[in-house]
Amino acid sequence: MDKEKLYERYQRQIILPDFGQEGQQKLLKAKIMVIGAGGLGCPVLQYLAAAGVGTIGIVDDDVVAINNLHRQVLYSADDLGLSKAKRAAQILDQLNPGIRIIPYSERLTAQNALILFDEFDTIIDCTDNFSTRYMINDACVLMNKPLVYGAISRFEGQVAVFNFMRNGNDEAVNYRDLFPNPPREDEVLNCAEAGVLGPLAGIIGSMMANETIKLITGIGAPLANQLLTFNALSNQVYQLALSVRNETRSLIPENEVAFLQTDYEWLCSSETKESEIGPELFNDLIAKGNVDVIDVREPGEIPVVNDFSNIKIPLAKLSENRSLIKSDTIIAFCQSGKRSLQAVKILSNIFGGDRKIYSLRGGIVQWKKLKQTI
Amino acid sequence: MTVNIIIFGQLTDIAGSSLALENIADTNGLVKELHIRYPALADAKYVIAVDKKVANENTTLTENSVVALLPPFSGG
Repeated sequence: MDKEKLYERYQRQIILPDFGQEGQQKLLKAKIMVIGAGGLGCPVLQYLAAAGVGTIGIVDDDVVAINNLHRQVLYSADDLGLSKAKRAAQILDQLNPGIRIIPYSERLTAQNALILFDEFDTIIDCTDNFSTRYMINDACVLMNKPLVYGAISRFEGQVAVFNFMRNGNDEAVNYRDLFPNPPREDEVLNCAEAGVLGPLAGIIGSMMANETIKLITGIGAPLANQLLTFNALSNQVYQLALSVRNETRSLIPENEVAFLQTDYEWLCSSETKESEIGPELFNDLIAKGNVDVIDVREPGEIPVVNDFSNIKIPLAKLSENRSLIKSDTIIAFCQSGKRSLQAVKILSNIFGGDRKIYSLRGGIVQWKKLKQTI
Repeated sequence: MTVNIIIFGQLTDIAGSSLALENIADTNGLVKELHIRYPALADAKYVIAVDKKVANENTTLTENSVVALLPPFSGG
């Protein structure tokens, strides 16, 4: 596009105070990745493409369904069954031929996330499930990329900008500072189960697009270290200050290798509920006997556990040491109850349905705490 | 001393959209009382904010403190 046309196209935002040609150039140079081209993704994509964000990646492995159309306003009745990422890319290309749209019709996984994110400078989370949300958050922390977050349910929405320092003195807050661990699937309903009002997706998605433009151009005050909630029924806006939690860092994989090994689907899986046991049942099972208790922590982790007999096999070595495990009932424990959940998965793969396999909820730390109070 | 509580998301199915409780000293005491009154809250995931700040640790409540209970949601 020649310079004059370019100016004309974006004239109404270029004339804004503090925005100018410079703001427009920043948008044209920006590379953003939108994950999820659904209720939130549609308005985000539409406004950012229209505003002239130069490179937009769209990740979505889903196809357009008829029950999407009440809120996913990029698509029409003719698009049913088409890939959302590809169809959105076509529509946006018509909307603004002067920018580059890259569709990825694949599911974001721990295996492809870091490779995909590497090409972009800002990530926008428009997904519809916790496992992907935690994965996106952790990847953004690892790669030090700002994350524009939005979520909706029924009549309420949340918006925030994570992993972005508004001024030099602050520490950047991420999603895990708000909600450290993912809920299980059965603890929270998704859109399909809970329902959602169409315009709410438009409102929250538009706010996300707005925050993204602010981040890129440097105008205004982005929602960094804050969470905004909006209620579509009462029109109440509630804005909260967030702060860094000490334990957050330990919940995020510390490097790329650890990230690739993290099973985000499993962390949010409802199966965990069945295989997790509390300290009381744990004590009962040990008292009953015929049980192998396995400490899946690395050698040297404290507290050292001598309170009951246990076999020490670090998580990564479970497979090769399977012959050490003989009882029909197996209970894995670790520090906080996370690695032991992974151990349940590994052990279930090794032994199939023949044995009862459990994980100690809250880990040995919680168990010791309860022991002291008795 | 009255503490006002605003409830968000699907926690409203359990405890309604707002509450006022008397004689609550801090957020730990508040959680205890809420879980007695609404046992289903004990199984729900949420964070507590006091006067528009997320309370990561036990926080003292004062006259007219406004507490918010916020659940995570994932819809998009």
